[in-house]
Amino acid sequence: MLDQKAVVTQPAPKTAASTPPAASDGSWTLRTRQWVDRVLPMDHLLPHRQPYYVGSWVYVFGVVTIAALVWVVVSGVVLSFLGPQWWHDSSLGRFFNSLHFWSVQLFFLFMVLHLWGQYFMAGWRDGRAATWMIGVVIFATSILTAFTGYLSQLNFDSQFIAINAKDAMNGAGVGAFFNVLNFGQMYGLHVMLLPIGVTFLVVVHIVMVRSRGVVKPIAPEGRSAK
Amino acid sequence: MSLFKQPMTQDEYYRGVRMARYDLVKELTYALIGVAVIALVLAAAFSSPDVPPITVASWAQADPVDFVTTATGELAGSTTSAGYGAPYNNAGGEQSWGPIAPQVWFGQRIPVDSANAFVLQPLAYASVGNTDLGKALGAWKTASADQQTKWLNTYTDALGKATVTDGKVTVADGDYGPLPVMMNGLLTVAQSGGLDGLLLTNGRFYQTDYTQGLLFIGDSGYLDGLATAANLTGSQWGMMNETGQYPGQTWLWLYTMWYQVWPFTSDTGFLGLNGGNADLGIVFLMTVLTAALALVPAIPILRDIPRWVPIHRLIWRQYYAPKSKAAARA
Repeated sequence: MLDQKAVVTQPAPKTAASTPPAASDGSWTLRTRQWVDRVLPMDHLLPHRQPYYVGSWVYVFGVVTIAALVWVVVSGVVLSFLGPQWWHDSSLGRFFNSLHFWSVQLFFLFMVLHLWGQYFMAGWRDGRAATWMIGVVIFATSILTAFTGYLSQLNFDSQFIAINAKDAMNGAGVGAFFNVLNFGQMYGLHVMLLPIGVTFLVVVHIVMVRSRGVVKPIAPEGRSAK
Repeated sequence: MSLFKQPMTQDEYYRGVRMARYDLVKELTYALIGVAVIALVLAAAFSSPDVPPITVASWAQADPVDFVTTATGELAGSTTSAGYGAPYNNAGGEQSWGPIAPQVWFGQRIPVDSANAFVLQPLAYASVGNTDLGKALGAWKTASADQQTKWLNTYTDALGKATVTDGKVTVADGDYGPLPVMMNGLLTVAQSGGLDGLLLTNGRFYQTDYTQGLLFIGDSGYLDGLATAANLTGSQWGMMNETGQYPGQTWLWLYTMWYQVWPFTSDTGFLGLNGGNADLGIVFLMTVLTAALALVPAIPILRDIPRWVPIHRLIWRQYYAPKSKAAARA
């Protein structure tokens, strides 16, 4: 949330990044702390000032994607806690299933907007290629997570999707290990491994963004957007 | 300039850049509240899709002729699952693209014998205490393969004009051997719901693997009819859709699009890619495209498009504004 009326100029750096590290005395703990201080000092993780051009609405897409992911996880935890039959047998369960469903739809909508925004900003410039690449991996992993979610619905859609998707998986050789007709395997992946994977990658993505800071605008003189 | 290594610290990177106050926690809090409100309103207003699943029992009750035709096809080895190949059996229906044949490489890892699993084994259970069915099953098993094939062919032809009387399938008189008794016996088990359980059981009490039941239902014409009515089939963008007026998996639009276009709709195709190996070709293509998306920072032209297309000038309007206006705003 950028306050355009309060603009200041970036002073000389005062962070740990510019101060020589103390001797570690062989302590792994101290070395780890020094590494964290160097890579992601607290005023980078939770900044209270940002370049004035961060006022663009495009930057909101990243934050609302995270917000949608939070509600996907919260509603998913409630659904998984009460079990796979609950969302079919009770109106409250059906409502939480709907909340999960629409949170997922919003998550993908915001994530795609964020992706396109970052593409047209060439957000990978100035050493940020890894941040972009992890973002793409998050996108692909999220698609797989949502796919296993559709297979775990225990309704006609999950039946039809499973019966058709098996051909793609089998044709690519993946079906021998990733059996979309096996509810237990798909449900386990959907509520456990894949959400942990997406959440972990999102945390890494955010740490990389905060560590490096937002990229500068593309130079007006038109240098290559590398 | 390195793709991965930042040339300077963040403080050095922003040195000289005008900074404005920014409240990250407030922004995230507002986003959480805003998204929650939108999701709650959408959930309350539109609910979510939940069409009940079909069962073997509901299929056998709704369309007995299709059920018996499919079961007969399982015995004849003419259904999709019976001729599938890896990973279910060795019928040899695998996809390949030149020397690339991962379906063959990984072999028969999920063995399913369609005739035995969907028809003969359930009939063996059902024949306990049913003398007629037991005799019919015995006659089938002791018949020669040629005789079985003759019965299957004549019975399959007759099923084209079958009628349903009191829930049973009736065909014109003919030499079908024990097949009418067997198939009506299986139909009775299916209509009672017993076959749903028999297809799921595997000698253990707890089960979560629906491979056999879904393969059997997938062989039916009944499922296709329901899917076509719900606009779910492959020619209707398949997996991307879902029942009702819900958005479905819209993020799969590019994947499902390839199934609608040449060469994946063609018998002859291009460079060995065609309708026959569309699944393999499209998964391979999507893998390449996803890798390309990840590698955009290193791919000339793709990485330069943002510089050529002035959308960034809209995004950073303030930055590109004439200095006097920007200064006035500051």
